[in-house]
Amino acid sequence: MNTGWEAVIGLEIHVQLATQSKIFSAAANRFGAPPNSLACPVDLGLPGVLPVLNEAAVRMAVKFGLAIGAEVCEHSSFDRKNYFYPDLPKGYQISQLAAPIVGPGVLEVPLDDGAAIEVRIVRAHLEEDAGKSIHDAYAGQTGVDLNRAGTPLLEVVSAPDLRTPEQASACFRQLHSLVRYLGICDGDLSQGSMRCDANVSVRPQGREALGERTEIKNINSFRFVEKAIRFEIDRQIERLEAGLAVVRETRLYDAAKDETRPMRGKEFSDDYRYFPDPDLLPVVIDEAFIEAVRTELPELPGARRRRFQEELGLSEYDASWLTRNPDTADFFESAARTDGSNAKQVANWVMGELTARLNREDLTIDSTPVTAEALGQLVARIEDETLSSKTAKTVFEALWNGEGEVDAIIDARGLSQMQDAGELTDLIDGIVAKHPQQAEQFRAGRDKLLGFFVGQVMKATGGKANPRRVNELLREALGKSG
Amino acid sequence: MAPFSSLRELRQGLGRGDCTSLELTEAALDRARRLHESLNCFITLDEEKAVAAAVAADRRLQDGSAGPLTGMPLAHKDLFCIEGWPTTCASKMLANFISPYTATAIDRLQGAGSVTLGKLNMDEFAMGSSTETSHFGPTANPWALQRTPGGSSGGSAACVAAGITAAATGTDTGGSIRQPASFCGVTGLKPTYGRVSRYGMIAFASSLDQGGVFARDVEDAALLLSVMAGFDPRDSTSSAHRDPWLESVPDNGVGELAGDSLTIGLADEFFSEVSEGAECIDEARQALEALGFRCRTVSLPHIRTAMPAYYVIAGAEASTNLSRYDGVRFGHRCDQPASLADLYERSRSEGFGTEVKRRILTGTYALSAGYFDAYYLKAQKIRRLVAEDFAAAFRAVDLLLAPTTPGTAFRRGQLTDDPVAMYQQDVCTIPVNLAGLPAISLPCGLHEGLPVGVQLIARHFDERRLMQAGAAFQRATNWHEARPALEGAS
Repeated sequence: MNTGWEAVIGLEIHVQLATQSKIFSAAANRFGAPPNSLACPVDLGLPGVLPVLNEAAVRMAVKFGLAIGAEVCEHSSFDRKNYFYPDLPKGYQISQLAAPIVGPGVLEVPLDDGAAIEVRIVRAHLEEDAGKSIHDAYAGQTGVDLNRAGTPLLEVVSAPDLRTPEQASACFRQLHSLVRYLGICDGDLSQGSMRCDANVSVRPQGREALGERTEIKNINSFRFVEKAIRFEIDRQIERLEAGLAVVRETRLYDAAKDETRPMRGKEFSDDYRYFPDPDLLPVVIDEAFIEAVRTELPELPGARRRRFQEELGLSEYDASWLTRNPDTADFFESAARTDGSNAKQVANWVMGELTARLNREDLTIDSTPVTAEALGQLVARIEDETLSSKTAKTVFEALWNGEGEVDAIIDARGLSQMQDAGELTDLIDGIVAKHPQQAEQFRAGRDKLLGFFVGQVMKATGGKANPRRVNELLREALGKSG
Repeated sequence: MAPFSSLRELRQGLGRGDCTSLELTEAALDRARRLHESLNCFITLDEEKAVAAAVAADRRLQDGSAGPLTGMPLAHKDLFCIEGWPTTCASKMLANFISPYTATAIDRLQGAGSVTLGKLNMDEFAMGSSTETSHFGPTANPWALQRTPGGSSGGSAACVAAGITAAATGTDTGGSIRQPASFCGVTGLKPTYGRVSRYGMIAFASSLDQGGVFARDVEDAALLLSVMAGFDPRDSTSSAHRDPWLESVPDNGVGELAGDSLTIGLADEFFSEVSEGAECIDEARQALEALGFRCRTVSLPHIRTAMPAYYVIAGAEASTNLSRYDGVRFGHRCDQPASLADLYERSRSEGFGTEVKRRILTGTYALSAGYFDAYYLKAQKIRRLVAEDFAAAFRAVDLLLAPTTPGTAFRRGQLTDDPVAMYQQDVCTIPVNLAGLPAISLPCGLHEGLPVGVQLIARHFDERRLMQAGAAFQRATNWHEARPALEGAS
């Protein structure tokens, strides 16, 4: 690492709110429709149209504010941020500068090593997204798709409380988890549902004053947040150590080259001429509204994590892993609560076999063919020793392929372990009688030969015997119980 | 029916079968065409659409499903978007723009059965007081063709004054209905801010713009307002205030006012601005006193500062409202842009006229970093002081009486090179917009053969007293029946 230096990082995360319609118009808020098919006169910025605030976006912002223990502002208002760009139809973006809807709060961020940090959230405000400029569809020309124009955004601004790329990535991840829990964002990073800007500066260890910062724009994955910030920290340190200054600028992260570079183009003016939007009334939120939203709050990731540790005995790491995504946590919890199941075992299956399989097939947990109930039953059958870890994998495979319920699969395939002492004892007696020489040597002290007898039993039972029982019975039969 | 019939007369005539909507519409089209060369009050006339609407109206009149305005030809200021109609704002920028949707106010007027005859000339983007900044050429004042009809709704005022339609829509940001109504001798109503939806009304200054009407008299203006007004879910600044009186106007008219119980305030700050027609305004005051209104002096000390504040606020809002005209999605686009910056610069340089550019530039300046506090914030403080002056006055009086304009209609070209003198035209009307109050300009006499208007101002949403007082005045006087001697009209 870069000894002698400390990085200071703050994040601005744009969260696309999962409302039915756009923030200021009745057009549908949806990804992936044909270009401009979801742009109504308001989104197109036609002459004479007016914005009308979508209450659902306000409700979601308030929900977020309550979830981070922030002050929800009784009075907030919208401002116009003026600049020209082809995908900004009105020539201004409606945003909140002077009076944001959500005031200061705190986000608790669990780290991979089991520790947690508190990241202050300075504010969160509502604004509209711009459209998209498409530069590669027409040779020498730029297309404009305004479907995204007017998508509600909640811009969450953190204090510069983060010190490492890993912390920054964990913060982004935790925010992602939180908005998924709250049901206010679909969290699909590949579709731009959450985008992260990072403000990065470095300073000598122990110094109070902040160094000059740069802003890295529009990072859209957890991994890239980490990589972009790491690159930027190294770049800044290299410059400072070479006696050069860090220039305040906006940079873009190029994932293919794993580097940041200055944003080109002068289309963004420095003076946005913010002023209150006269088309919109101030947003007034009363106690009753806040209390109504509070009753809709689900159990949040932190509370759920602690509960998984306390009630289900999970480790900090497992609890943190499983509660990151609400769908995963729901799946885990319902599997773990199946009769006869075991939480720790279920955790291993979810984090291991199931996740590996989902990743391999590019599926998410909400489309898994193995239901939570089925996984719970599977674990229950391991617990009651009907299945061995090997046969359990066979059953899992069958479940994945839709061959029915756990017990039916076990019966159909004859996978049940031989538990019955009498049946096994007869079989074992026969095997011992068949190999008197080896039995004699075992009794004389060649312990290793137990393995030979286990192998014979397993061969004779087609692997269905419970290995622990086989061991016990063999030692008995060989007259040397352990 | 005669060209100068009122809406109420037309309603009677259509109801009795004395005439059809088709006859009225064709007569209005014919008059509009004959007067086009001398007045130039229409930007668009569409015979096909108007006739189709008239035929549909006649069917409704026959089958008994007629609304309060069924069959009556109206014309609209060309900043109201109407589906399928060119909507130009009198600008080269929008000369090719055909609206795909209809403004709420127009939708309500059409829904009540009115026939849209055409779109009326105005100052470009409603910026001006003379209808001379129109890309489509100036409109003439029917009382004196070499004079302006005022502005920005000059086409609307001229259309009604010339007897083409009985009424027309307009908008008033700083006096754009009342000043031309005064210059053209018609009744012009600017409702309370929020009464009439701004949806589909192309924005000049959003916090000041308000749609309203030009009519022969107060009764007709009230009838139109009752149809246009009301909350619109598409306009957050439209008021949910319900007004049972206004809702009853189509059936009962504006009704009588108990005049002796009302007090009218007169503020020196307004009267000191008058240079022509003071005698007419004084006679109007006397006529109202004769009707039983008590008059007393009030003071509005801050209205002297209203005009500069207005030009800062209106300019600031306009500078960003007009950002959408960038040559990208609709409107004028320059030929062969070399780059994005070139596209913006040339499209806007070519598409906007001088006055529009002047206001975009001053507004941009007022919002710039380092100037915001000194201009925009200060102007907002003045705005509040002006509103407080009115509020204080209305604790003592029920209505205010003021001149509408400092003088009568000026000659075309007279003020073109002196923008500040042009802005002075609105010195008596601007304070009302800053405070969001309702006001009406009533014809009150002729000064050297040119109409003079008097302005009544009321409390927020008190259009009832405003118009009942106006109607009482018009029952007692006949200045609203004075007609210009138009050459080539018949």
